[in-house]
Amino acid sequence: MDAYLAAIVSVTLIHVLLALGLTLQYGFTGLINFGMVGFFAIGAYTSALLALHGVPVVLSVTAAAVVAGVSAWPIGLASLRLRDDYFAIVTLGFAEIVRLALTSEKWLTNGVQGLSRIPPIYEGTGTAAAFIIVAILLAVTAAAIFLIHRVAYSPFGRIIAAIRDNEEAVQAIGKDPARFKIQVLIVGSALAGVAGALSAHYVTYIVPEQFMALTTFYVWVAVIMGGVGRVSGAVVGTAILMFFLEGSRFLGDFLPWISSVHMASIRIGVVGLALVLFTIYRPQGLMGDFTKR
Amino acid sequence: MNDAEHHNATTGGRSKLDAPSVLEVAHVDKYFGGFCALRDVSLNVPAGGLVGLIGPNGAGKSTLFSIITGFIAPSQGTVSLRGRPVDTLSPFERARTGMVRTFQVPREFGHLSVRENLMAAVPDQAGERLFDLFFRPQRVRIQEQEGAALVEETIDFLKLKRIADQPAAKLSGGQKKLLELGRVMMTRPSVILLDEPFSGVNPVLIAEIIDRIIELNERGISFLVIEHDLEALTRLVARLTVIDYGTIIAEGAPQAVLADARVRAAYLGGPA
Repeated sequence: MDAYLAAIVSVTLIHVLLALGLTLQYGFTGLINFGMVGFFAIGAYTSALLALHGVPVVLSVTAAAVVAGVSAWPIGLASLRLRDDYFAIVTLGFAEIVRLALTSEKWLTNGVQGLSRIPPIYEGTGTAAAFIIVAILLAVTAAAIFLIHRVAYSPFGRIIAAIRDNEEAVQAIGKDPARFKIQVLIVGSALAGVAGALSAHYVTYIVPEQFMALTTFYVWVAVIMGGVGRVSGAVVGTAILMFFLEGSRFLGDFLPWISSVHMASIRIGVVGLALVLFTIYRPQGLMGDFTKR
Repeated sequence: MNDAEHHNATTGGRSKLDAPSVLEVAHVDKYFGGFCALRDVSLNVPAGGLVGLIGPNGAGKSTLFSIITGFIAPSQGTVSLRGRPVDTLSPFERARTGMVRTFQVPREFGHLSVRENLMAAVPDQAGERLFDLFFRPQRVRIQEQEGAALVEETIDFLKLKRIADQPAAKLSGGQKKLLELGRVMMTRPSVILLDEPFSGVNPVLIAEIIDRIIELNERGISFLVIEHDLEALTRLVARLTVIDYGTIIAEGAPQAVLADARVRAAYLGGPA
């Protein structure tokens, strides 16, 4: 049971990193990124491939952050020319292209068979190893929270909040919104890359199928439930969502008349219902209004 | 004699009309598809001058502001600031050269407080660069304190103290106009373009805004002001330009311009 709890916490922490990236991009800056999973995938494959070629995990995860961040740069350039809604579509498309490329570029990614025997975050077995992994993930998440916090409560954070409120007025006071938006996309995507890398080393096996748009959807749900534009919201929202998703796996044991296929749909349906209820009854999220971040 | 009268009678914009231009608009045309919004518009704002721009709704005043400040590209013509063309510069680059604008409908940063709105406009802050934020925190802190001191001055100047910590979205229309004026002041401008600074503002606050504009003008800042409140505008400006159907139909001292028959027909509803 301890090992199972450690597993839930680990998966939650990895998703908290994704939610923090989205909080920076959407919550603070107003950038609608529907392609989080694309950067998650880029991070996962970068780190896995490097580690499989003998690069130490610390370096491969760092490289994943860099590659995911750099790959956000052209998307950032596109964002300068596009309205919010079109930017959202571009990011959605980008993530799909990444997944299709991972499927078809067999020479690099081994296609649909994916990559296996990826070196783990920490070598070892049993509950002790599981808790060491949790500690490492906790440390990375804490560092990410510090980073996002520092950015949000700073002159930089003030400008990105201003961009979210009115981009033209930011130009009118002599600031270049494009520079800020690109930096925000790169930092948020680098975080998603780290999350992907840690996920790959945690599961030790990746296939393109793991990187569907559903992951992006879950990150959005977590951020909206927790409270848009609040660092604590990203943590709380993700924790609730992940504990529900993991915990509800066993619901089938208590409800034997529902097949497992139906159960999978019901779980997603419940998440969707929660999203609807939140937007109606608590649009500011659990952790409150983002004006008081 | 109130401030405005005193200003016009002594050192104000009027006496500076012969000064060299700080802002010059030359032969600007603007077509939206087949519709001609501006045709061969030329005007200049002398250094230290106060110029008013009036005209009926849809005459092209705000379009001209957007062209001057780079938010819209003209179909033809040039805009120069202190003798240098700025046509290739983006809106934020033009703002950095010292030419700033406010908007007809105030564009406050609604989720930021009044104080934060002003802080955001302090130019060239180290804390807006991620590198400095993490590797030069001392420098960021010092600049932030310097910026905060300037902001307090502006808050005192515009008498915004009472609402300084309120989210800007909660302000009244008039207070938002004042805030926008404060925000452009923070950028250390040489020319300020005000788009209807008195619309939706109560008479007491209008007098207040006029006084503030005059004080800024006396510090050497030039103004181009769009306004429908002619009574308030004529208290303020030394020269009036009238635009109708995208062309300039009259220009000169306010009294003379308002007496012009074409202006009366186009704008004041009098007989042609």
